[in-house]
Formats: sequence, C-alpha cells, structure tokens
Amino acid sequence: MSERAPGPLLRVEGVSKHYGGVRALEDVQFACRAGSIHALLGENGAGKSTFIKILSGVVQPDTGKIELGGRPMAFATPGEASAAGVSCIFQELSLLPDLSVADNICITAPPRRFGLIDKAGQRRLASEMLARIGGEDIHPDAPVGELPLSRQQMVEIAKALARNPKVLILDEATSALTAGDVAKVFALLKRLREEGMAIIYISHRMNEIAELADDCTVFRNGRYIETFRAGTKTDNEIVEMMIGREYSSAFPPLGDTMRAGSPALSVKNLSWAGELKDITLSVSPGEVVGLGGLDGQGQRQFLLALFGALIGVGGEIEIAGKPVKIGSPKQAKSPELGLALIPEDRKNEGLMLPMTVRENLSFAALDTVSRFGRVDRAKENELIDEIVRRLAIKADGVDGPVAALSGGNQQKVVIGKWLMTRPRIVLLNDPTRGIDVGTKQEIYQLLRQLAAEGTAILFYSTDYDELIGCCDRVAVFYDGTITRMLQGAELTEHNLVGAALNIGTPATEQKEAAL
Amino acid sequence: MTVAQDPAMKRPKRGSWRYWFAAQRGVLVAVAIFAVMFAVYGAAQPIGMSADVVNTAVNKGALLALVAMAQTLPVLTGGLDLSVGMTFMLANCLASAVVSGSPGMTALGIVIVLVAGLLCGLVNGLIVVYGRLQPLIATLATSAIYFGIALAVRPTPGGDINGAFADWMTRSTYAVPSSAVLLLAAVVLVWLPYRNSVLGRSIYAVGSSPQAAYASGVNIARAKLSAYTLAGLFAALGGLLLTCITYSGEARAALGNDYTLNSIAAVVIGGTSLFGGFGSAIGSIFGAFVMRTVGDLLIVFNINPVLQPLFVGVVLLFAVSLGSLRLLRIRNKLDLYR
Amino acid sequence: MMTSKTLAKIDPAVLIAFGCIVLLLGIGSIAKPGFLSAAYLVQQLQTASFLGIIASGVMLVMLMGQIDLSIPWVIAMGGMMATGAEGILGHTLGQPLAIPFGICCGLLAGLVNGVGVAYLRAPSMIFTLGMNAVAQGLMVWHTGGFAPQDAATPLMVALASGHLIPDVPNPLLIWIVLGGVIVWMLTRSRLGRQIYAIGNKERAVFLSGVDSRKVTVLVFAISGACAAAGGVLLSGWASRSYQAMGDPYLLPTIAAIVLGGTNVLGGRGSYLGTIAGVILITLLQSILSVLQPQDYFAQLGVKLPDDVFRQVVFGLVIIVMMMLYGRERVIR
Repeated sequence: MSERAPGPLLRVEGVSKHYGGVRALEDVQFACRAGSIHALLGENGAGKSTFIKILSGVVQPDTGKIELGGRPMAFATPGEASAAGVSCIFQELSLLPDLSVADNICITAPPRRFGLIDKAGQRRLASEMLARIGGEDIHPDAPVGELPLSRQQMVEIAKALARNPKVLILDEATSALTAGDVAKVFALLKRLREEGMAIIYISHRMNEIAELADDCTVFRNGRYIETFRAGTKTDNEIVEMMIGREYSSAFPPLGDTMRAGSPALSVKNLSWAGELKDITLSVSPGEVVGLGGLDGQGQRQFLLALFGALIGVGGEIEIAGKPVKIGSPKQAKSPELGLALIPEDRKNEGLMLPMTVRENLSFAALDTVSRFGRVDRAKENELIDEIVRRLAIKADGVDGPVAALSGGNQQKVVIGKWLMTRPRIVLLNDPTRGIDVGTKQEIYQLLRQLAAEGTAILFYSTDYDELIGCCDRVAVFYDGTITRMLQGAELTEHNLVGAALNIGTPATEQKEAAL
Repeated sequence: MTVAQDPAMKRPKRGSWRYWFAAQRGVLVAVAIFAVMFAVYGAAQPIGMSADVVNTAVNKGALLALVAMAQTLPVLTGGLDLSVGMTFMLANCLASAVVSGSPGMTALGIVIVLVAGLLCGLVNGLIVVYGRLQPLIATLATSAIYFGIALAVRPTPGGDINGAFADWMTRSTYAVPSSAVLLLAAVVLVWLPYRNSVLGRSIYAVGSSPQAAYASGVNIARAKLSAYTLAGLFAALGGLLLTCITYSGEARAALGNDYTLNSIAAVVIGGTSLFGGFGSAIGSIFGAFVMRTVGDLLIVFNINPVLQPLFVGVVLLFAVSLGSLRLLRIRNKLDLYR
Repeated sequence: MMTSKTLAKIDPAVLIAFGCIVLLLGIGSIAKPGFLSAAYLVQQLQTASFLGIIASGVMLVMLMGQIDLSIPWVIAMGGMMATGAEGILGHTLGQPLAIPFGICCGLLAGLVNGVGVAYLRAPSMIFTLGMNAVAQGLMVWHTGGFAPQDAATPLMVALASGHLIPDVPNPLLIWIVLGGVIVWMLTRSRLGRQIYAIGNKERAVFLSGVDSRKVTVLVFAISGACAAAGGVLLSGWASRSYQAMGDPYLLPTIAAIVLGGTNVLGGRGSYLGTIAGVILITLLQSILSVLQPQDYFAQLGVKLPDDVFRQVVFGLVIIVMMMLYGRERVIR
C-alpha cells in the first residue's frame, strides 16, 4: 500500500438518506485519496454522522453509490464494511463493556487455534495494537467497562486499527482523550497516512484540523458544500461555509448586566467524588452565567450536583441567601428552591418519547395541576396552552406522541415542561445540541427573556459562539473546577479557547500536541 | 515518536490473576457457598459421606444443573427462556418412549431425544430472532406448546427406558457418579469449546450491548439462534437423565414450571447477570447444586422437608439482595435509572 | 369524522383482540348451538372475572416495565389466609376479618416485592420469583404443621357465586368496579401518568423530580392485593382453599395482558386491551372444551388428553397474535 493510488480510494456520489420525512443527507458527494487525512466539517445536524454511518454500514443510503478502490460497494452491515476495509471509530463508543480489552479489539476476527479463539495470541495482538497507539498502560485482560473514558477511547482506536483498514474514520475520536494521548494518536495518524491509509477525520477543534488535514470537505444541512485543500481558507471562511451566514447578528442583545441584590444561587467550595473540586460561583437573578471549557471537565456533574442527583456533594449551596441541602430532584424543583434542569440527553433524560406532548409538558408540574391525585384537565390545558404559545411549539395538537415532533420542537417541550414549574433558577445542560438553527435562535431569545423576568440561569454549552453571544459571564471549567471567569470585553473566542485548554494561548497547545 | 521502543518490556505477557478472579467472581462465590453447604451436609449426615450419598446428591443436582446450563445461554444474550423446563419434560417423555430395545435402537432413541431438544431450542431462537418477539413472550408461548406435545407423547405417567443404559447413567464408577461425568462432558465438550469460539463470544457481546455489538460487526442473529438452540440441547440432556433416574416419563405442568423457575434462580446464584453479557454456565451448575443442597440440608437437620421452597426462596432473595450492595458505591443517582 | 378519529386512537392490538373475540364467538356459535345464549356468555364472563381481577394488578406492574412472577402463590396465600383467618386471628376477629386479612397478606407480599425492585434495584423477574417461593414455603408451612381451616366463609362463597344484582354474578360486578377504578387511575390521575412515565423512561421521571420508587412500591402492593383478592374469590368459588390453587393462573395472566397490547418493556398498554385479552383467553379455553378436538383424533385411533390442544393452541395463538402487533424494533 506504500504506492499511492492515482484516483481516489473512496468515492461517494449522489448519496441521499431520509429518516421518515426528515432529510438527513441530500445528494452528497465525497472523495478521499489513499495516504491522506481528509477532514469532514459541519455543524451539528449537517449530516456528518449519517454520512459516516452509511460509510461504515450501520445504515443504508436511499440512493447513491459508494466506490472503494474503483469497485462499487454496498454495505448491509458494519461487519461487511469492516471486512471490505472500512473501519470507524464511533463517537458513541462501539465497545462491549463486559468483555475484556483483548476481546473487544479482536471481536470479529480473532487469531484462532483449532477453530477456537487463541487467547494468548489475542492478548499478544491486543498488546501490540495498544502499544502501537501508545496505550501500553491498558491491560488487555481488563474489562472495558471498568476503564476510564479516555482509556476506552484508546481501546476503540486500537480496535479499529486491528482490522487493518484501508479507510479509517474517526468521529470526534479525541474528545475524551488527554493531551498526551492526543499527541500520541496524532503521531500515529500521520504515520498511517505515510503508510497509505485514507483517514477521514471529524472534529470540531479547528486547531486539530489545521495540524492534521490535507483536504477538507464541508457539509451543511445534509448537503455537500465544498472540498478544498487545507490551508487555503481562513478559519472565518470555513466557519461561514459551515453555518452559511455570518453569525454576528444571531444573538439577541444582552440585557442590563449585573443586577444588584443578593444572588439567587451561590455555591461555595462545592466538591464531589474527585470530579468536582472547590467550585465557588454565584448567579444573580436576571443573569445568564455560561459554563465553558472543553467537554467533560465537570460541567455536567456540576449541574447534576445542584439538582440533587449526586450523592456525597461537599461544600455549601445557598439559594436566595438561605443555606440549603438538595437531596433529590424532587426537592430541587419544590417551590421553596425553584430549580429546573434541562438535561442534555432529551431522548433519555428529558422526555418519555412515546407519550403525548401534553403528558410530557405537564409531567414535572403534575403536583400543581392535580388535586387529591386527580389531574385537573381544565387547569392543565390552560397552562399547556400558555406554554405552547410562548415557546411556539409546532405540534399537531398536544395529544400526539412527542416522538413525532422534530428535534427542535422536542427540545422546546423539555424546556416548556420545566417552565411550567415556574422555576427561579434554570440550569441548562447543552440545550442546543443537535437542533436546528432556527430553534437555537428561539432558545437564545427565550433565555434572555427569562433573564429579563428575573430568572437566574446557568447555561452549559459546548458551542463557544453561544456562550459568547448569550451569556453575561462565562465560568471556564478545567479538570473539575472553575479556572477562569470571563466577562465583558474579555469574553472572546480567543480567551475562551485559551482558558478551556488551561494555557495562555491556543498556539502553545498546538506546539505541545505536535511533540 | 513516543510509541514504546521495546513493547516487550512493558507488555503484560500473561493474563493477570486479578482479572481472572474478577471475571470468575460469580462462579467462585457459588462454588464457595456450595462447598460450605456440602461440607455441613456431609458432616451432619449420620452415615457420613458415603459414595451412595454422593451419587444420589449428584444425580439430583445434575438434573437442575443441566437445565440451568440451558437457561444460562439465553440469559447471557440478555434474553430468557421460559421453555427450558418444558423442553426438559418433553425430552423426558420422549425418552421414556423411544430410548429402549437393542443397543442400536437405544442409541437412535438418544439421538432422537437430543435432536428434539435442539429443535425446540431452534424454534425458540427463530421466533425471537426473526419473529422479533420478546424472549419472555416467545418462550412463554412455546412452553405451552412443548407441554402440549409432551402430554401427547405421554398422556399418563409411565413408559420405560433401556435398563442397562439407565443403570449406567445413574451409578458410580470408582466413587465417581456417571451424572457428574455427564456434566463434566457437557462442560468440556460443549460449553468450553462454544464459549471460546467466535460464535460463543458473540452471545456475550450481544448481551453486553446489542448496539455496540452490531456496530462492531457481530452477527447478532446467529449469536441468538445458537444460544437458544444449544439451550434446547442442554435441557434435553437433562430430560434424558431424568428418565434414567425415574425409569419413566411424566408430563406434569408443575414439574416443568418448577425446573424453569429454579433454573433462573440457579443462574442468578451462579453469578450470571440477568441483564446479559456476564456469567458462565459453570457458575449455573454450582448454583443448581446450591439450590438442591438446601433441600438436603433441611432433611439432615430434621427440618420438615416441605419447608424447602421457603428456604430456597430466602436464599434467592438473599442472593439478589447481595447484588444491591453495589448501590452503596453509587455516587451519581442517574446510574440507578437506566 | 369523529368516529374515525376515536378509532385511530385505539391501539390496533386492542382492535385485533376484540376482532378475535368476535371470531371465537362465531366459531363457538357454529360448533354449539347454545354458545351465544346470554346465560352461557354471562357464565364465561364470570370465569373471566377471576382472571381479570388477578391480571389487573399485574398489568399495572407490566406497564412500569417490570413483571410479577409471584402471583401463583400470592393467589394461594390470599385464599388460604382468608380461609385460615379464624385459626390465626381467633374466632371473634377471624370470621369478620377473613377477607381483608387474606388481601392484606397479598398486599404485604407485594410490598416486599416493591421494596426489592424499587429500593434494592433487584431485577423484578428474579425478586418476585423468590417471593413466589417464599410464599409457597409459608403456605406449605401453614398447612404442614396442623390441619388448618380451609373452608371458605359464607361471605366468601356469597361474593364468589352470589348475585347482588340479578343476572350479574358478583365476581363480574367486582371486576367491573375494580376495572372502573383502574381505568380512572390510568387515564385521569397523577399516579396513572407516573406509571406510564416510569415504564417509558425512569431516568426522565427521576430527573423530573418524581419519586419513581414510591410509585413502584405502591404498584407492586396493588398487584399483590389484586392477586390475593383473586385467591379469596377463587376459594369462595370452590368453597375451600388449597395449595397450588394459583398455579394455573400465571401463564394466562401474562398472556392475557400481552395479547391485550400491553408492552412487556413497559410504557404502553390500555386496560381496555387487558379486558379484551382476558375475555379472549377465557373464550379460547371454553371453545376448546366445546370443540372437543380430541374426539376427532380419537376417531383416528389416537387418544390424546384434551389439555394437549388447549396448550398447543394457546401457544400458537400467542405467537401468531404477537407477530401481528408485538414485534420488537430492529437494532441499529
């Protein structure tokens, strides 16, 4: 494979995919050379995930063709794709938690002796693979479920490589890795490129793409936009291509910042299970405080701790000046505390999908719309009408299943469900992930509106633009604690990224990563 | 390049004992419980631990052990087989009708019984995999069918079996009961090769996470089919042994249901997770012996043997409650709610 | 317009189940002239009401995505404790309190189930199985030591075989009242919403600030009480209680519930469907005893017990009907 093939190794043409009535991909084209790293860029919902699911055989396209090395391919299952030489490192890990590292790495084609799995050979192979990517610290006999997330990610990479793929797809594969691991993986990817592998790399981190990519392709809204050589466009141009407009006007104006008076919520030295350390923060009524930083630095746990979902939280929490202990979400939502949490995973944590919009909307506030255990339909309707109108939830009546709604409207139902409890403090856990731009705008407007009404808001987002556009202040998390508080003129993307990486400037990190 | 230059220095060459113990912890606990109970039983037994006592105990235990092995496989895939008891009983009735006559005919009869078991299992598997019914419903329905067939084969208790074969299956040779040899053979010749094959490992994969297994290219349909089919074989082996012990066949609903329910209990005591993906048929064997020894202990200690279900139930509730100790380690309440 | 909308809202499973009931009635009327007479149908409904009362509680448990395998011996416990109340509580208390005592024992067993499932997070399948064995052991102990009082009290007999309203057997009346309460609970009450929600996504329920564990305990307790109430009525019907009286009820109960369209994984199902499933199962068993397929085989020289057909047809009907509307989604 050291000789480079003249044409593209992988070529995709005219691929479309619909889920029900929703278009995920429309007439997409893509081509990738052997011995190159090809970055795939696009917003959430741009169709990247669907695209790589098609490439790796998890879903089948409605139309279009895929060619590998000049031959047409149709993968009915992931097994067929990997046998043909396409391996994917999925964002949601495809690991089997109860099986050992070695079992996972050699899941489909282990070394065999007398027809049975050669345990020793498999262990050896797994160790070799791990050593190759720099994960020697992982024991091949350890059950994967017991490894920390960063180690699992390394196993996932080793597993994909163990199949000797011609095409390797990495979907946000470095999101959970430590800086040291990222350096090792990058070195490996570069070496694999030299060996002639075609690598498709999906990441939201522009610095990673700048370091690795040879070519870039941008998707937007399920469509192919453009392919260009890396380094021929500025970051700004790329971002504009991804979002299809300039985003400066996308955010509603901030309100009068910094209201006086006692904070609605104040936290002192909050800590939990080694994952949250000494967090001190206060939010005033009418203030939107963002939680920033890289994904997985304790922001989610912080919100869960405030909402009473964690056990053994240390430190002090005061609400409206009164010290409180929050033991459960039930207590957190009580009128005395007035907390609401919009969870990150709306399908598993926010909604009961097969149930109706009505049942979902009134679920958290059932106590207020029922008397002696009986749901007061009239009162319920009144409140639901108000919420549906206020959030402009587009649904064919409130008695259809919430699963039939679009992602954006589902998210509105989650938010609406909590507004029905009339909270004074709203905690949002990445509420705009995977929803359309229009709904995002509406959510930003709503946040500012709520703030104007005096609600205190804690807003975690993985999207830096959102934090900059929506928040009065942003607390940057690193390794379970707040390392920096940015506000006013300091609140720039440059500072946010720098603080997120816990270094002076992003440039330093790049240098470090290249080592 | 930061990749280790001499991986052999750091690479763990052999499996470490720690992981082996962790993987086998369920089995080891079951073995320990059984050993203690059996030692107490032996010590309290007025006539001591004679070969006869051991033989009877093993014969009784082996029946449930085989049915429990059968139950283990579907449970490992994250499913369940409520028809193992009825398959066991169907095999018993069938064996009481066909396993007799000349050695050749007897051998043919044995093959018929085992194939019938495989077929029962295969039907379960086909309904679960291609019919896409919940294993609970599918096997509940087939258990009724298998019971009906067993009743058709043997409307009233009776029948016969080749005496020489039955005697050979139930006696001890040099103090080693044949039924123990049968169990050992089932483990060494069927379970271990299966567990160490790609197919066998795929049932663990499916049980551990169906989505991840699919994304990893595991053939889920084949994994589940093999698990249910093999379960039928183990159950039929048990039914064959039962016929050797009783010299007759009987289709009685309570008998089949008892075995089904006790097999689930044995699987749990044997350390297999009901959610799938973790456990072993070997653990289930010891789980079955624990269940049976409870009854023997009651007799030895002069406790009314009718109390056996009570003690079995208490042991079972105790065993599942032990699993709740893990709750003490949970720091994030979301982990409680899947 | 209105009807089509209402029809569309009813689960196809329920419609199919009712369709099958009509089909069975048709077959029955052809096979036996008196099949469609009011007296015969009322008798069928009376038989169905025992199953219906038992299934009511289990259905609620299944709506939460759990299962209650302890019903066989909780039924027996309900019957045996009610008939034995006099021996346990004494004559003055035992006679009047027989029925509440029996039901309370079932409620208690259900309560333990609920605590095990909700607070110990034990899989309900195995925990209720253990409870079944414990209940069995306790009942065997109860009868083993001394000859207990096993005769039903006059009130129990009256409840099971009398007619408070002319032509409406009392068990049917009880089932109608109980069914009405459950329908109200599932459609109009906060508890009903919470039961469905737990079956759909317990995690979301927890994060909505609802204590799903209390609901779980309550529902298991209801299930135990319903099973015990069924046992009380069954022993009134037979004028006595006996061991293993609940054994024939586990399979039909679960079958009736799933045939009525309740999802075993929880979250979906209506009580109307359970009613349909219960009647369907009862009719099926009655049709088989009317059709006498064994006579046909006997003519061919094959003597088969009638239970053969009951079991095989039973199994096939479940498989075929579930293939129609109870299939799982493909893993992707």
